[in-house]
Amino acid sequence: MKILVTVKEVATVEDEFEIEGTEIADQYLGADLNEWDDYAIEEAVQLQEDGIADEVVTVTIGPEDCEQTIRQALAKGADRAVRVWDDSLEGVDLLDVNAKTEILSAVIEDEDPDLVLTGVQAGDDSFGATGVSVAEEVGYQWGAVVNHLEHDFDDEVASVRRELEGGVEELTDIELPAVLTIQTGINEPRYASLRGIRQAQRKELDVQGLADLGVEESAIESELTLTDMYEPESESDVTVWEGSADETASELGELLRDKGVAP
Amino acid sequence: MSDVLAVTDHRRGELRDVSYELITAGRQLANETGGDLHIAVISGTVDDFAEKLNRNGVDAVHTVSHGEEFNHDVYTQTITQLYDELAPQFVLTPNSVNGLDYAPAVANQLDLPVVTDTVDLETDGETLIATREMYGGKVETTNELEGDAVVTIRGAEWPKAEGNGDASIEAFDVDIDEDAVGSTVNGFEEVGGGDVDISEADVLVSVGRGIEEEENLSIIQDLADALDATVSSSRPIVDNGWLPKNRQVGQSGKVVTPDVYIAIGISGAVQHVAGMKGSDTIVAINTDPNAPIMDIADYAIHDDLFDVVPALTEEFGG
Ligand SMILES: Cc1cc2nc3c(=O)[nH]c(=O)nc-3n(C[C@H](O)[C@H](O)[C@H](O)COP(=O)(O)OP(=O)(O)OC[C@H]3O[C@@H](n4cnc5c(N)ncnc54)[C@H](O)[C@@H]3O)c2cc1C
Ligand SMILES: Nc1ncnc2c1ncn2[C@@H]1O[C@H](COP(=O)(O)O)[C@@H](O)[C@H]1O
Repeated sequence: MKILVTVKEVATVEDEFEIEGTEIADQYLGADLNEWDDYAIEEAVQLQEDGIADEVVTVTIGPEDCEQTIRQALAKGADRAVRVWDDSLEGVDLLDVNAKTEILSAVIEDEDPDLVLTGVQAGDDSFGATGVSVAEEVGYQWGAVVNHLEHDFDDEVASVRRELEGGVEELTDIELPAVLTIQTGINEPRYASLRGIRQAQRKELDVQGLADLGVEESAIESELTLTDMYEPESESDVTVWEGSADETASELGELLRDKGVAP
Repeated sequence: MSDVLAVTDHRRGELRDVSYELITAGRQLANETGGDLHIAVISGTVDDFAEKLNRNGVDAVHTVSHGEEFNHDVYTQTITQLYDELAPQFVLTPNSVNGLDYAPAVANQLDLPVVTDTVDLETDGETLIATREMYGGKVETTNELEGDAVVTIRGAEWPKAEGNGDASIEAFDVDIDEDAVGSTVNGFEEVGGGDVDISEADVLVSVGRGIEEEENLSIIQDLADALDATVSSSRPIVDNGWLPKNRQVGQSGKVVTPDVYIAIGISGAVQHVAGMKGSDTIVAINTDPNAPIMDIADYAIHDDLFDVVPALTEEFGG
């Protein structure tokens, strides 16, 4: 079985930040492997270690700066990586779900995997929609918010648990080929070993443009336009206790005694 | 004049609250476009559901009696057929785990844009302005799109529709292609049971990723002991296996309403807040003054938990 894992480098924001136009100013931004994708990579690598997957390929839409994040995925055990980028994507401040679907499905059609693992959501823009949209586009089956996957695939079926609200899990069988969106907690993502990090430097990282994938520039024009970004207004009148830890702790202590909930 | 089609959510014989919230959101949009509000209820005891959904502001309820529980293929096929029949401008669905299992597929199949997890919606009949969060709730954004769209709404953002309506209730004759149904739901399982029920506690000392290491949990336990309180947590603590599932507060864990909820090193992501915003008094201890938890906290300490927590424990002789 061949597995394709979608891997996003997400933007992280410092505690204090400023907004410039419809973006957070660059100096307050960092980058990280999307938390949910880390679990997806781990699941794929475990399937490989269990002898079920023969090949694990990652795909990332992102500029060259993302290669560090991609190498992280390779260091954890993925075999090779595809990175998609194009001049026409430069300066686009929001890639909507439809645009990502166009690009990722072109890669799926090239690679022809049996199983595609994505994260439930990207930690930065959090659409939570890319995996299911891609599945529909390529005609694969799918399951959203998967927190358990059986590693046997009898009769070309993935037996999963979907994590619903309120501590209820749905037990579902999904025919392959399929896209599963992976929820945190499904496994324990590993740290890359030193050996893994060394090996990752030599693994294939193939860069493709839109033309290579046969995707028209017009197809990736976002239909959604980001028009404003601001800090949300606080809904509560929060009382902030100031001072040393001893002082703030004693304020809180007093509150608890006032409420009659502390000894 | 454009209509709105809202797709309701139910599970194991019960309509979920967001279904009534969809009516409110859908009615508002339909007023703005000057159109009708259509409600769809798919699978399960649809006649009974339709009666309950017939609230003020609903023009028509379309029932689709096919199977008992949610199946995303049945939903996707039904909604695309309803869209062809009714030609609504907006298809509204809940941003629930099941909503996210069909809304993106519906959008893609209909070649429509999809905008998820919206907290506010406004339209002049042509442009839709959707408000949503980014970066775990640190910022809000407005997003515009033209024409038809699939939109998912966040739970508990719109009030529930009330009052009896006079909608027409119509059985929709759907044509399900069984060969295209590639997934089967075999059952449900409740997880997170066990000896401790955090929803019973008067005071919860709740810990998040700010605690950094499993070993550090002892300072949280010490505080809980000194206060005679119960320890709960955000999701990453349970994902890491540091606490059992029955301690998790939030959308996929437990809903709690203690007298006092002390959130320690928890950012306040929407899925966490969904489980604790009903607490009487919320106290946040967090180094980040901009953390979303501050928006719902009554009291806050913008400081390092490793300084504040031991000091508080000491206050109570721990
Ligand atoms: C479908 C779905 C369901 C989910 N269900 C749930 C759920 O049921 N419950 C849940 O909790 N989450 C749930 N989540 C996850 C949720 O989106 C967040 O990822 C999670 O709540 C974050 O947990 P956290 O606040 O502990 O961690 P983070 O968001 O990483 O926040 C850590 C906080 O600690 C603060 N901090 C760091 N160091 C210190 C220090 N020394 N002193 C004080 N403060 C410090 C930081 O400023 C930060 O605010 C769900 C997500 C999805 C997609
Ligand atoms: N730029 C990207 N490159 C690769 N994968 C992506 C990208 N954006 C989103 N994804 C995948 O889609 C999942 C859901 O993202 P989203 O729908 O944007 O919340 C993520 O967990 C990723 O696996």
